[in-house]
Amino acid sequence: MKTLLDRNQLNITLQRLAHQLVENHLNFRDTAIIGIQPRGIWLSERIAKMVKDITGQQNIDYGQLDITFYRDDVHQSEIHIPAATNIDFSIEGRNVVLIDDVLHTGRTIRAAMDALLAYGRPKNVELLVLIDRRFSRELPIQPDYVGQTVDTIITQKIKVYWAEKDEKDEVVLIDQ
Amino acid sequence: MTLSVKHLLGIKELQTEDIERIFQTADNFKQVINRPIKKVPSLRDTTVANVFFENSTRTRISFELAEKRLSADVVNFSASGSSVSKGETLVDTVNNILAMKVDMVVMRHSASGAPWFLANHIDASIINAGDGINEHPTQALLDAYSIKETLGSVKGKRVVLIGDIMHSRVALSNIFCLTKLGAEVMVAGPPTLIPKHIQSLGVKVEYDVKKALQWCEVANVLRIQLERQHKPLFSTLREYALYYGVNKQMLDSLEKEIVIMHPGPINRGVEINSDVADSKQSIILDQVENGVAIRMAIIYLLSGKREME
Repeated sequence: MKTLLDRNQLNITLQRLAHQLVENHLNFRDTAIIGIQPRGIWLSERIAKMVKDITGQQNIDYGQLDITFYRDDVHQSEIHIPAATNIDFSIEGRNVVLIDDVLHTGRTIRAAMDALLAYGRPKNVELLVLIDRRFSRELPIQPDYVGQTVDTIITQKIKVYWAEKDEKDEVVLIDQ
Repeated sequence: MTLSVKHLLGIKELQTEDIERIFQTADNFKQVINRPIKKVPSLRDTTVANVFFENSTRTRISFELAEKRLSADVVNFSASGSSVSKGETLVDTVNNILAMKVDMVVMRHSASGAPWFLANHIDASIINAGDGINEHPTQALLDAYSIKETLGSVKGKRVVLIGDIMHSRVALSNIFCLTKLGAEVMVAGPPTLIPKHIQSLGVKVEYDVKKALQWCEVANVLRIQLERQHKPLFSTLREYALYYGVNKQMLDSLEKEIVIMHPGPINRGVEINSDVADSKQSIILDQVENGVAIRMAIIYLLSGKREME
């Protein structure tokens, strides 16, 4: 097991990601932040809060998207129980930043884009991830904002811990 | 994480956790059917046959909509105008449908137990859409879900089922479902329409509808099923309406406001008056809306893992 980001490094990385978002979206009037259920929620909540602190804007649109019904492996694994989708604003014609913790095969993001379009037609969609496991993609999907890029093989796992639920902030690489 | 059963034959076989899982999934589908795009692609590789050996409007349309909103392909079969009238057996009929690569069967049949019989003879998942006077599981689930939605929970709530308990599959499934979820259940109606020993299912019995209404928080008024009565069990519909029909005057005489439900189709002026069915206490149309979400949840959860060919 190897620590990729400890508490301090994680915080610095999140700050950088939030600043990059603000650099590109300024006041966030035309931009919404959407976290992907279940594991992108903790990251997206942190980022949304940081963006609010940096811009001083408190009414930034923030939502959560569940992709269960859009998976491409419904009948290849056990049925997944969905989590909640909360998007109480219009995404029509706006910029959307999708947020997830780890980008691996790209299939989750493919499903998320599909799910998102059921709520409207955004002007453009960007992707922010904390960890990009490059060279393991199964679909042509690349992130726009990356916390850290790592080279991994299929048997390795990335685990992201959040203080809100795991009592610590840490990202680790596990060999199996 | 999925259901403990392969088929949905009756509520009797379900675990409480199954019911809670169906409700949780239905919450998501309720949101889906209220969006501008009311459809998800989950079951685009699945074909469902709706096999109805008995008449139905609401249940069949509800199932069909649920299937279509999950992107499944749908075939409808009704007994009239089919080979059943030429003497084909149930297993032969269903096996012929399955030979055309159907993955799931939704069946309504006038014989109690027909879905259990079928489950022993075919491989596909079966959903019981009502069998004789036995069970109507999806109706009970949508009823309990509607109570939960209206009152916040089912546990500890007092629910009365009024009317033709004897011939009602809705009543039996409701009794199983509500008691599993921790509600107190009472049945009320004329003694001739309440089966003996029904107390053994853990329900109270009341022959005075007014007293039953005073006791409950929710009244689920059932339809009088004249088509299933082979000998007269009450003298006239007018007399039934007079003694056992629910009307506005009765509701107004109660100190509290109770929730009114009806599984449909309504015999207006018999078991329930229009001034009750159309009142703001009635959640009859919410039940219909929730029916689609509940059926989507059941079909989705039963569609499960499939062996790759």
